[in-house]
Amino acid sequence: MTDNRRAFIKKSVALSAYSIIATSGLLSSSEATAKWLSDTSSTNSLQQTLKRLFKDQEIIASDKIDIQLPKIAVNGAAVPITVTSTLKDVESIAILVEKNPTPLAAKFELSPDLDPFVSTRLKIAESSEVMVIVETSEGFYSAGEKVIVTLGGC
Amino acid sequence: MSSIKIRTKRKNGKTQIRMLIAHPMEHGRNRDAKTNTLIPAHFIQELTVKLNKNIIITAKTGANISKDPFFAFILKGGNDGDKITISWVDNLGNKDTQAHIIK
Repeated sequence: MTDNRRAFIKKSVALSAYSIIATSGLLSSSEATAKWLSDTSSTNSLQQTLKRLFKDQEIIASDKIDIQLPKIAVNGAAVPITVTSTLKDVESIAILVEKNPTPLAAKFELSPDLDPFVSTRLKIAESSEVMVIVETSEGFYSAGEKVIVTLGGC
Repeated sequence: MSSIKIRTKRKNGKTQIRMLIAHPMEHGRNRDAKTNTLIPAHFIQELTVKLNKNIIITAKTGANISKDPFFAFILKGGNDGDKITISWVDNLGNKDTQAHIIK
């Protein structure tokens, strides 16, 4: 009986050590991925996230970005959003939800073969502003849209 | 069966690509209703879309994207027989790929 118990403990220790190695190996395989993980799974304010993502780049408010978002979302678990832009040479589109525990939702890097258009569905925890940052070859542009959420989706 | 469903629609010389992926997208703060333990984070981290052999979209996604994520993009052009390949990787290392031919 004692032997069994010891063997069991030994095995489980070995197994957990192995899984730690496996996961750490997975994370260090790509530094960028690890950085993205910390951006998306640790809780940060919008300002901190912006600072980390865009360093000290100047972000200019622009009216050439169109965000289609319902004014009132009954269910925050799936809020449809469509972003289009008339800016030229769009390289990436990032979507952030200001009051979510992790503001950053996604960053899409688009090749010149694509129109500056992205449509998806977001989880929004409470009434908040949704911010879109568009990167072009000339700089960064932002736009925001408010949404009222009656039932939080987190 | 693949977790990815792809639809394309050609209109005015452009091609709309829509995709629906079956994935829980857990952010790690939800609790299991029965056991009251935290459900570990499990979300798609990277999405890649290829047109024939060229990568046209790389997206880094987080758990703020809804469960069973939906994405749509618009491709300038797009011809009959062009192949769209979509693949994702999640934070646990799971991955899936699906191809679709534009008709």
